[in-house]
Amino acid sequence: MSVTATLVERPPPRARGWPRSRVIGYAMVGFWILFGLGIVSYLIFAWNADFFAKYAPAYLKGLQTTLLLVCISMVLGAILSVPVAYGRMSSNRLLSGLAYCYVYFFRGTPLLVQTYLVYYGLGSFRTELQTVGLWDFFKDAFNCGVFAFALNTAAYQAEILRGAIESVPRGQWEGAASLGLHKLQTLRKIILPQALIVALRPYGNELILMVKASAIVAIITVYDLMGQAKLAFANSFDIQAYIWVALVYLVMVEILRHGVEWIERRITIHLKR
Amino acid sequence: MRIALRIALAASAALLTLGVAQAQETLRIGTEGAYPPFNNLTADGQLVGFDIDIANALCDEMKVKCTFVAQDWDGIIPALQAGKFDAIVASMSITAERKEKVDFSNKYYNTPSAIAVPKDSTLKGVTKEDLAGKTIGVATTTTHFNYASKTYTDSTVKGYPSSPEEQADLANGRLDAIEDDIVVLQQFLDSPEGACCKILGQPSPQPVDIFGPGAGIAVRKGETDLVNKLNSAIDAIRKNGKYKEINDKYFKFDVYGAES
Repeated sequence: MSVTATLVERPPPRARGWPRSRVIGYAMVGFWILFGLGIVSYLIFAWNADFFAKYAPAYLKGLQTTLLLVCISMVLGAILSVPVAYGRMSSNRLLSGLAYCYVYFFRGTPLLVQTYLVYYGLGSFRTELQTVGLWDFFKDAFNCGVFAFALNTAAYQAEILRGAIESVPRGQWEGAASLGLHKLQTLRKIILPQALIVALRPYGNELILMVKASAIVAIITVYDLMGQAKLAFANSFDIQAYIWVALVYLVMVEILRHGVEWIERRITIHLKR
Repeated sequence: MRIALRIALAASAALLTLGVAQAQETLRIGTEGAYPPFNNLTADGQLVGFDIDIANALCDEMKVKCTFVAQDWDGIIPALQAGKFDAIVASMSITAERKEKVDFSNKYYNTPSAIAVPKDSTLKGVTKEDLAGKTIGVATTTTHFNYASKTYTDSTVKGYPSSPEEQADLANGRLDAIEDDIVVLQQFLDSPEGACCKILGQPSPQPVDIFGPGAGIAVRKGETDLVNKLNSAIDAIRKNGKYKEINDKYFKFDVYGAES
């Protein structure tokens, strides 16, 4: 018992008085508190019931569009990420090369550029798209947004999936094989349950990034949350339009963050000691 | 020693004030750069166009030095208020909503709004009934957008960040029509990309409470001095032929409109 006690490294005693680092620390915290109070008091003083009554319904409609866009893109991206992750891990050089290029392109270029390429780039190939019957799909700005976002998030999700599967030790595969389990069975019953725990946090991050990135579609004429805020600002020239929209995004991100944490607590109970 | 220090301090203070005084001699002008032929950014980053030439002529007249700042249309009034520049010369229509935020000079031109459609369009006119059920593209935060969203309530009005985007979507067939300044539309139709399309007509009437009396120069609220100087400079270049010279460089008719 006394042996363990000597091994414990105690934190250094709290410094007394006002060393420089403490003064700076308090000053910084004080600054941020003042800043926060400033924003809150601004919102209270600038509270404009007319503004709220006039634009709140539009914001709600925009929020709906944003959520729909993110949900559809995330699900489509998740489906598409499976073959891409498979390709990335494949020993076939052609397959892995193709998957690598896909991931390389979509992770290496801004989503804004990709969205523009899909919307205006494909727009200039109307006659070709019409002959193959795809123009009706790409004519719509929302569809273009979903298309670009799904392709983009598929690249990120494929890497998350691959990293998570590869984080499970090889011995698990070998153990399962020695028990006579089929490869697909091994993946479904042994590898994925362990991998998805590792993948949960990155998936949560990707979802949060997508929610924030979705504001990009406002420039291809989709009236999402950001699009509605721009419109409200254009009509009122009131900076509140953007402050409110920032708060809505903040609340969304906060809910997602806590949701992911809650799921993680639930699924890692067996790992707690 | 101390006196020498004081003298040096006083001298540097004087130099500083002089520097500030000189800095005030330059007028920083904000413009958009995506609205040819009025203002446009060339491939090598030069701002050119009618607005730019007019601004330069006005600055010559007021004997100040002009510098230009390109700024996205959406944020151009907040940027003026934030002091990023001192005046907006960007074909900004003088409207009641904007007057609540900024002060305007007198108009320096006034051209009507018009509607362009694809050449093979079956549309016959530009009334609300004619365009019912159609999709119309307009740049947001413009008088054209305000007019379209108030007038064409049976159509879908799509907002674009600037004119080139709405033109691209008319050319590729996403839109049935676009509304914009007639001169801007004409410039687009004369370009290779605009070969697809034609001007269908001008909405009528064009109410002054939406479109305003024309395009003016916006300055921060309360800068009456600058407004007065700009107004007399506009009058001066109208009188001395400089305006006509610039006008004829870009247009076949006088864009100033009726004398006010």
